[in-house]
Amino acid sequence: MNFPIAYFTFFGQKFLLYIVEAGRILPPSASATNVDKLFFFILAITGFFFFLIVGLMLIFLILYRHRLGVEAKEAPKHNLPLELTWTVIPLVLVFVIFLAGFKGYMDMAIAPLETYEINVTGQRWNWLFTYPNGYIDKELHVPTNQAVTLVITSEDVIHSLFIPALRLKRDAVPGRYSKLWFKVTVPGEYPIYCAEYCGTGHSTMLTKMVVHEAGEYEKWLEKSSSYILTLSPVEAGKKLFETRGCMQCHSVDGSRKIGPTFKDFFGESVTLRDGKKVIAEENYVRESITEPLAKVVGGFDPVMPTYKGRLKDAEISAIIAYLKSLSKKGRANLELEKAREKEEETKGDSSQTSQEGNATQEKKI
Amino acid sequence: MEELGLTKPKGLKAEKKGAQENYLNSRTGFLSWIVTLDHKRIGILYLVSILTSFFLGGMFALMVRTELIASGKTIMDAETYNKAFTLHGAIMIFLVIIPSIPAALGNFVLPMMLGAKDVAFPKLNLLSYYFWVGGAIFALVSLVTGGLDTGWTFYTPYSTITTTSVSAVLFGAFLLGFSSIFTGLNFIVTIHFLRTDGLTWFKLPLLVWALYATAIIQVLATPVLGITLLLLIAERLLGIGIFNPALGGDPVLFQHFFWFYSHPAVYIMILPAMGIISELIPIHSRKHIFGYKFIAFSSLAIAIISFLVWGHHMFVSGQSNLANMIFSGLTFAVAIPSAIKVFNWLATMYKGSIRLNTPMLYALSFIFLFLVGGLTGLFLGALATDVHLHDTYFVVAHFHYTMMGGALMAFIGGIHHWWPKMFGRMYSERFGKIAFWLVFIGFNITFIPQFLLGIQGMPRRYADYPQEFTTLHQVSSIGSYIMAVGFFLTAIYLVHSLFRGKPAPANPWGGASLEWHTASPPIKENFLSPPQAYDPYDFTRLVYQPDREEYILREEINPSLA
Repeated sequence: MNFPIAYFTFFGQKFLLYIVEAGRILPPSASATNVDKLFFFILAITGFFFFLIVGLMLIFLILYRHRLGVEAKEAPKHNLPLELTWTVIPLVLVFVIFLAGFKGYMDMAIAPLETYEINVTGQRWNWLFTYPNGYIDKELHVPTNQAVTLVITSEDVIHSLFIPALRLKRDAVPGRYSKLWFKVTVPGEYPIYCAEYCGTGHSTMLTKMVVHEAGEYEKWLEKSSSYILTLSPVEAGKKLFETRGCMQCHSVDGSRKIGPTFKDFFGESVTLRDGKKVIAEENYVRESITEPLAKVVGGFDPVMPTYKGRLKDAEISAIIAYLKSLSKKGRANLELEKAREKEEETKGDSSQTSQEGNATQEKKI
Repeated sequence: MEELGLTKPKGLKAEKKGAQENYLNSRTGFLSWIVTLDHKRIGILYLVSILTSFFLGGMFALMVRTELIASGKTIMDAETYNKAFTLHGAIMIFLVIIPSIPAALGNFVLPMMLGAKDVAFPKLNLLSYYFWVGGAIFALVSLVTGGLDTGWTFYTPYSTITTTSVSAVLFGAFLLGFSSIFTGLNFIVTIHFLRTDGLTWFKLPLLVWALYATAIIQVLATPVLGITLLLLIAERLLGIGIFNPALGGDPVLFQHFFWFYSHPAVYIMILPAMGIISELIPIHSRKHIFGYKFIAFSSLAIAIISFLVWGHHMFVSGQSNLANMIFSGLTFAVAIPSAIKVFNWLATMYKGSIRLNTPMLYALSFIFLFLVGGLTGLFLGALATDVHLHDTYFVVAHFHYTMMGGALMAFIGGIHHWWPKMFGRMYSERFGKIAFWLVFIGFNITFIPQFLLGIQGMPRRYADYPQEFTTLHQVSSIGSYIMAVGFFLTAIYLVHSLFRGKPAPANPWGGASLEWHTASPPIKENFLSPPQAYDPYDFTRLVYQPDREEYILREEINPSLA
């Protein structure tokens, strides 16, 4: 009998140590919510009843343990006042908990009139956050002390946006919008999880919430929104590819999805549905983005929606650069271009800032 | 099972009652088992099948815990992990816990508790078993044809578009649903019409009340599951848009349909368990149950309210605030009848003569574990805290404390309690206690860390996790291994007792309900003549005979007292 008890105390100590080390049970909170207070309130009530009932049980086990020749004593078989007592007291207590839970919930549910809106789309297996200026990022960035509303939906199956630091969670349901609002008071970085099972990549559908200090958020948004100017064309193309819906149907590793893979695609000869052959060069890619149904690759259904008007010229060019980086022939092409640019750069004005340099590169492509 | 039938119990005490022949040996051979109409044999068939499924479901649990013993890939990739946790859940819920107590133990003891020869519809009873087998076969077929990766909840539209063999499992669950309906229907009619003379409703053992309340839920709620599963099959196979938004359906509708069954279903699982505890606590405390009517009616109250709380699974699904408020309030209402039962069991132990044998240890552990499960339910019933805890390990730990710590511990306690009656053999009390402590301690080591994980935000159904959760996951996995050792030990000493166990007397625990007033194992007809109805909790009529290690009625010693 001592053996299991020894184990129990060993692990008991380990738990206590763990909690003490972590210094907390709940994760750090980034906002002023009443959830934690309610949590500890319920913990106190449940803790009291746990120790009351288990304590009584142990006391009865000791006092009334079976002894040879000793029969059970006479005791009443029922007692109405007693039974009503232990019906009514728990009833009152759970009603209090219910009210507190409901009040806390309504505080979370009703948003102030003016909030900063960010659209959230869940898709297997990442989150996309669309900011008011149309910029899309894979991370949630928010300003401090500003009420933010997230308008959440899903592209495919049900996901659930879970931000433990805010004690908030909301399902992302395809074909529906659901809303979530909060005001973050503590700047920092906090994890975001997908809480509704969504398949193979469910446990990798992670991102983070970055809370900027006052005034920093606007700077971040401005800088990030101009990524087409600040990032290299290949990197910008990759970002577009991942955030604008390309990767849902096109793979970059050779596996077959709804559309053709882009591994070793650029620069190769492609057989179309009508049997004709084309070379997948810049003009073909551009046409396929703006008028996807004109020249569909053989073996695939003509289902791609048009991106005409949804992508700017510079963005299409960046995507082309990214496709080039994915194929042997395309990479050779990029190398040539780089070499040519170097030549020109050495000829050109050396006082150019790097940002402007990138911008001119952009125009050249 | 054939061996059991062939095992000739040697030197049973039952001989004294002139009944050496019993239900196990009255007929032998494979056929005599697979087409049997005897409720006791069907109960044993269920018991063996359910325990086999429990082994399978437990293996998946160990796979899951082993994968999670370290972050990163340990023994399987995410796809395999998703199948493992899905099959663990689906097997444990549909094949093990839902049928466990009603179909295995209930089938065995219910007619005897009523003083009846059999259930009202013996053939329907056998059919229900074969529906169970059919459902189990479909589940096994899916294992070899690509598995299932939807989680046991089959949430749409994921279940509509995944390429794993969802339809086969759905059809299996559909069959299992009918198996459950048949059992429930049979019990309702049996309890109404086959009570022996003088056995009024308030002289029924509380397990019978619990099984009656359960049967109501089985009959009323399960058809909704059947229809839902058929609709989902239709959507998958025929492309009819019901739940998938891509086809014009509504995915949240599925959740409403599903939980309309599956929430009452958790009471299909826990009510019979509470019934068993209401038997075990008084018998092993040698005291009349306290507050019989409160316990009996609280079972019915739970059965009724359980139909009205399904929305608490969907607090963050986008359900309206008003609906959330109503469902939260009703959820707290369902806590009260459970609390009443716990207090009544405690009061029953007061001034008793408490025997700490294996069945009683399981009964007491039920109170402890179900208490934790029930109290942590308050965090989930309260709207504000549920939003944070929903779909985290907190929920996983909570329902394992109620479903495993509650329903399953009661089932195992019940198996030990009625084991002498079922097989006419006593198991090793010493190994019973050792195994109990392994299971109980292993259980807590497994699931206490999961509460902490959930509070810290670890979502459920994750094949991998961030580094910071490693310690708690490791402790949890170690706990699951300790528990597994306990269960294997249990299996070993129980099987051993079948062959080498001491022959069991008719009434080793001093039970007052009618099943203890017949031989162990009982004769095929249960009783030689229709038994007299008594108060099933009046233990003063029973006297312990140390030489025979059994209890007998006072009037048998001194007929003048009769």
